[in-house]
Amino acid sequence: MTRVILQRLLQGLLVLFVLATLTFFLVRALPYGPFQDERAVPSHVRERLEQLHGYDKPLVVQYAMRLGNLARGELGTSLKVMEGREVTAILAQAFPVSLALGLMAMLIAVPVGVAAGVIAAVRRNRVVDYAVMAVALLGICLPNFVIGPVLAELFGRRLAWFPVSGWEPRDLSFMILPAVTLGLGSAAYLSRLTRTGMVEVLHQDFIRTARAKGQRESWVVLRHALRGGLIPPVAYLGPAFAATVSGSVVVESIFQVPGIGRLFIKAIETSDEALIMGPVLIYGSLIVVANFLADLVQLWLNPRLRSNS
Amino acid sequence: MTRPFSDPSVSGAARSGVADDGGRSLWSDAVSRLRRNRAAMWSCTFLTIVVLLCFIVPFFPIIQDPAVQDLSGRNASPSAGHWMGTDHLGRDLLARVLHGGRISILVGLVTTLVSLTIGVCIGAVAGYAGGRIDALLMRVVDVLYSLPFLIIVILFSALAKSHTERLTDGITALTGWNRDAVAPFTGLLPLFVAIGALSWLNLSRIVRASVQDLAGREFVEAARSLGLPHHRILFHHILPNAVGPIVVYATLTIPGVMLFEATLSFLGMGVQPPYSSWGVLIKDGADRMLSNSLLLVFPSILFVLTLLSLNFLGDGLRDALDPKSSRD
Amino acid sequence: MPPLLDIQDLRIHFHTRDGVVRAVDGVSLQVEAGEVAGIVGESGSGKSVTAASLLGLVPMPPGRIAGGRAWFDGTDLLRLTGRELNGYRGKRISMIFQDPMTSLNPYLRISTQLIEPLEIHEGLRGKRALHRAIDALESVGIADAAKRIHAYPHEFSGGMRQRVMIAMALITKPDLVIADEPTTALDVTVQKQVLEVMRRLQRETGTAVLFITHDLALVHEMCDSVTVMYAGRVVESASAAMLATGPRHAYTRGLYRSNPAGAGKGCALYSIPGSPPDPARLPGGCAFRERNTLGDADQCLADHRPELVEIAPGHHVQDCPGCLAPSQD
Repeated sequence: MTRVILQRLLQGLLVLFVLATLTFFLVRALPYGPFQDERAVPSHVRERLEQLHGYDKPLVVQYAMRLGNLARGELGTSLKVMEGREVTAILAQAFPVSLALGLMAMLIAVPVGVAAGVIAAVRRNRVVDYAVMAVALLGICLPNFVIGPVLAELFGRRLAWFPVSGWEPRDLSFMILPAVTLGLGSAAYLSRLTRTGMVEVLHQDFIRTARAKGQRESWVVLRHALRGGLIPPVAYLGPAFAATVSGSVVVESIFQVPGIGRLFIKAIETSDEALIMGPVLIYGSLIVVANFLADLVQLWLNPRLRSNS
Repeated sequence: MTRPFSDPSVSGAARSGVADDGGRSLWSDAVSRLRRNRAAMWSCTFLTIVVLLCFIVPFFPIIQDPAVQDLSGRNASPSAGHWMGTDHLGRDLLARVLHGGRISILVGLVTTLVSLTIGVCIGAVAGYAGGRIDALLMRVVDVLYSLPFLIIVILFSALAKSHTERLTDGITALTGWNRDAVAPFTGLLPLFVAIGALSWLNLSRIVRASVQDLAGREFVEAARSLGLPHHRILFHHILPNAVGPIVVYATLTIPGVMLFEATLSFLGMGVQPPYSSWGVLIKDGADRMLSNSLLLVFPSILFVLTLLSLNFLGDGLRDALDPKSSRD
Repeated sequence: MPPLLDIQDLRIHFHTRDGVVRAVDGVSLQVEAGEVAGIVGESGSGKSVTAASLLGLVPMPPGRIAGGRAWFDGTDLLRLTGRELNGYRGKRISMIFQDPMTSLNPYLRISTQLIEPLEIHEGLRGKRALHRAIDALESVGIADAAKRIHAYPHEFSGGMRQRVMIAMALITKPDLVIADEPTTALDVTVQKQVLEVMRRLQRETGTAVLFITHDLALVHEMCDSVTVMYAGRVVESASAAMLATGPRHAYTRGLYRSNPAGAGKGCALYSIPGSPPDPARLPGGCAFRERNTLGDADQCLADHRPELVEIAPGHHVQDCPGCLAPSQD
């Protein structure tokens, strides 16, 4: 089991390395450099700046320097969007916002998705099942950039239950609409996977054994079926969290949440390398951590996995 | 009955299927199952209509030019002249939706083709070769799977977008074709490549699994014992038998890819003006939801219905081609 | 004294796309308290569905109880609500299933699963429940039970798992145990051991057993009385001794002749030709007609299905002249 965990951590590092490399070269391939600006900078100033930040060295050397800095936890400075500010400092402000939003979204998506899937599986091929699955499919097909504006209009403006946009730290009401928008897609996927898993488990012989013992049906479902039925949705939790985290790029720009997603978009538009790298690595780390946690949950759920490893 | 609780309809149907018509093939069986699936058939009809409308109707004069602005008739309600009304610049919304649909569907199909090619090649090689090659390829897939997909695609398309002009110039110079004819294609190329290059992961896993399964069967053993070369065994004996799952997951890839295109376009990273897609139209609509909500409603409805239909069709195909994995 | 279990004219139908499948079509049988009653039949004869229906384990839909009664100690099991039935399941009637590899929950410890019936029916928890479970595990011959009880099912072999199933079925001291092909999925050597355990425990506890199998040899090792089923009906029933000496129905005779232990030395082994009829398309007359080579197929009933008649005290057989005709050879 420790071997599996080590293996996963190594793979996580590999993912981050690939991500950093990919980002570095993609950004460098962008045609406009960090010191090309609408405001004409005298060429000697630019050269000086480039020297200062190491842009005059060969690309491979710069790449090695960048990786070295990243390994020491130095993300560099934003040269465009937030001129001269440390990326670490910028992210320290923006990241908690995005993290809170992402966690809130998962906090909504997981219980709703799993519960809907279990109910659909228990009532399979009845009206409830069809209704839940229809809503789930709609949830998958409705993009968050359609849901977002509609929710903002409905609950933000018409009913005025929640603020339409913006962010106040420690004020949940700002979080509700973006989190719901963000979590809906994952909830839909999770409900479909839960249903599939539960239907399969409920067909297994050991469920019949549990019924033959005189166990109440609700307990048969909760105690005997749920563990096995949760395995497919748990395996998807990693990717679901990845989708949620990436989706925050869209949702943050709809609801004008000051998170790393909005920073990232701005950074891309100006090819602000350090400010692109920072959010990308944060997204990557979040996904690595989420995958790792999902693996642990899976080990906890399935004793066979535990003894094989 | 070895399993008294297995659904007797399954064994009954299987038995009578053989009794009725001896050697009905897998495919005709699948088609008849698909025909019985009402949701899938309705989806098929809807998709046909949408494709026809988007690709043929814009060439008929009854549909206006989507670029023509009529500043005196801005944000008009639906009328006989403009069935979906007009937008904030007085352009006919129906024409814009149909032209946008053309791009969206094109992106969906071409990109799926790209991801299909990569996914089938990688999956088939991994599944057939096994051993180290398989382990290596699947590690690569694992790592790619853990990347923040949307983020990478955004990076990719930002890069490609910035080189569009040069690419267009290059192709024009090389072939001597009309620049205006080349431009729309190169404008979309980044999208095809960016999304296609990263959306083959699931497909490769599925292809690998079915190739692995098929490679162990007797008929492949037989082909091997005849001394056929590997590429012949793989392409003539194994892959044709894996077409079922490939078709199913290709169908299910299309809506995912279209959603990606729309998301990118919504963020301003996808289809660029003067071209538009459903994503672009939805973005425009969302921005102007307060003044004219129809601008959001019509493109969204068409877009969502198309995605729904593709999903229904994909699910239907899966049930038809692989009854074991079906909903019950 | 009335029998412990008295099934009267049980009919179970499955509604499928191909029409109504009459899986069980008018079955009557009795189990006396403390006896081992066997049901023998091929796959699809309806024996397992009959057993499952007693505990309400037939999936409905597509299944439906189309008629009949199943009196158990004065109560008709078929007419109980789910909640009422739960009072019988695992308490007064328990069940051992065919495949020990899939019948235990792979996600829960053996201890949890063994204790479960005690929790449900006796409200017993904690140490005391665990001690009872360890005792039960020891009684089915699992060494080091106190330690191994905390293992997961996948850490046990097939034979061991079936012993666990037996322990689980007997832990509440039920009046009746339904054993549905309990040894079919096991290796032959393990089969013997598991049967040994079952027989010993049956004698010790005096519980009645409804033993379902397709293997006639097992019936004679285990059972006091035997019911032979074919195509959803009873074709012959008698005490085990009576049936061994004088099987009457062509199908029963076929079963005996195809059994290496039953056939004489040097005799060619017989096999019943063909396969059972499609349960969705049962013929109007005798269901065994097309496979009847030991009797006289031409005399088999063609227009109505044969009824069960008592030809000797306690010996019932389907009244079909073709099937009752003496062997040709």
